[in-house]
Amino acid sequence: MKAKHQRLILALAALVALVGAGLLAASALKDEAAYFYAPNDVKTKGVEPGKAIRLGGMVVKDSLKRAADGVTIHFDVTDGKATVPATFSGIAPDLFKEGSGVVAEGAFDAKGTFIATNLLAKHDERYMPRELEGMNYNETTHEMKAEK
Amino acid sequence: MATLRFDGLAIGKMPYWRCLAGPVTDAILMHRFANPARFLKIARPLTTWLFWPGLLLLLIGAGCGLFVTPADYLQGQTVRILYIHVPAAWLGMGGWSGIAIAALMQLVWRHPLAAVAGRAIAAPGALFTAICLMTGSIWGRPTWGTWWEWDGRMTSMLVLFFLYLGYIALANASARQGQQGGVSSVTAIFGLVGAVNIPIINRSVVWWNSLHQGPSITLRGSSIDGSLLWPLGLTLLGFSLLFGAIVLMRMRAILAENKVEARMQRLARG
Repeated sequence: MKAKHQRLILALAALVALVGAGLLAASALKDEAAYFYAPNDVKTKGVEPGKAIRLGGMVVKDSLKRAADGVTIHFDVTDGKATVPATFSGIAPDLFKEGSGVVAEGAFDAKGTFIATNLLAKHDERYMPRELEGMNYNETTHEMKAEK
Repeated sequence: MATLRFDGLAIGKMPYWRCLAGPVTDAILMHRFANPARFLKIARPLTTWLFWPGLLLLLIGAGCGLFVTPADYLQGQTVRILYIHVPAAWLGMGGWSGIAIAALMQLVWRHPLAAVAGRAIAAPGALFTAICLMTGSIWGRPTWGTWWEWDGRMTSMLVLFFLYLGYIALANASARQGQQGGVSSVTAIFGLVGAVNIPIINRSVVWWNSLHQGPSITLRGSSIDGSLLWPLGLTLLGFSLLFGAIVLMRMRAILAENKVEARMQRLARG
C-alpha cells in the first residue's frame, strides 16, 4: 500500500469518526439546544411553574384579547397538538398577530397560564407578495390556491 | 522529493512518484494544475471571466430585488435583504466546504496548490459569513423584534465565523514560519475538523426548535413565491462567480508573494 493510500484511509476514517461524533453530540443536544418549548412539550414533559422558559407556537385565531388596562393582552398558543393560554404586558412586535408564529419568554404561573415578559414574532418559511395573501398554501406541493 | 520550479525558482516540493507517471486514481484536474505555472496561465483569464459576469449578475439581481419585485405580504420591504443574506450564507458555508476539500487534498495527495487555495478561501469566506450574520441581525430586528437570539441557526453560524478567524490566524502563523504559500498540516486538520459544523448549520432549523424559519427552498420546491424568488438566483450566481474570482486573485497573490520570498532568500544567500 502506498503512503498516499494510507493517508487517504486515515483522513477518511478520521472524517467519518468526527462527523459521527458531531451528529451524536447534536442529537444528544436535541432537547437542550431547542430554542423554545412547544405547547405539546410542556404538556408531555411538564415544566414547573416559575421556571424561565421560552414558549413557541402559533397564536390561535380569535383568541387575542386586550385587557381593560390597554397594555395587557391574553392569547392562546398552539402547536396543533396542545394549546396553552398566555398573557403579556407591553409592546408586541409588529408581526405579532393571530394565526402567526410567536416565541414568548417568561414562566408559567401556578394555574398554568404562561406569563410572558418578552414577545418575539416568529416568521415562517413562506414568502409571497401581498396579492397572494389569504390564499391557501399546500405544504406538500408548495402551491397557492385561491380560497373558496 | 522532487523540487518544483516556477520561473527557475524552487517554490515547493512534491514526491517523485508524481513527477514520473501520475497514478490513474488521481483526478485529472489535480495533475493539470499541479504545476503553479500552468495554473497561473489559466487563472489569469479565468479571473476576468468570473469577475465581470459575476458583478453584472449581482448588480442586475440586486437592482431587480430592490425595485422590481413586490413586497412580502407580512414582512413588507424588509424581505429584500434576502437577496444578499441567502448568497452570503451559501458562500460562508461553501467557503468552508472548499477549505475542507483543499485540506483533504493537501493531507492526502500533498497537492502543492491545495494549501494556497485553502488560505485564499478563508478571508472571503469569513467576510461572507459576517455579511450573513449582519444582514440577518438587521432583518431580525423588525421581523422578530430582536437583534440577536441564541437559537441553533444563529449560534452555529457564529461558530463558523469564529472557525474562520481561527483558521486565518493558524494559516498566517504557519505561512510566516516559512511553509511556503501554504498552511501547515495542523491548519489543514483544523479545516477538516471544522467541516463538522457545516451539516449542523444546515440541519439546525430541522433538528431543533429555532427562531429562524425552516428551509424555504427544498428538493420538493420553494415556499418563496416565484415573483419574489427569481432575483435570488441572479445574486446567488453573481456572488458565487465573484467569490471564485476573489479566490483566484488571492491564490495568484500568494504565489507571487512566495516568488518574491524565494528570490529574496536567494539574494540573501548571495
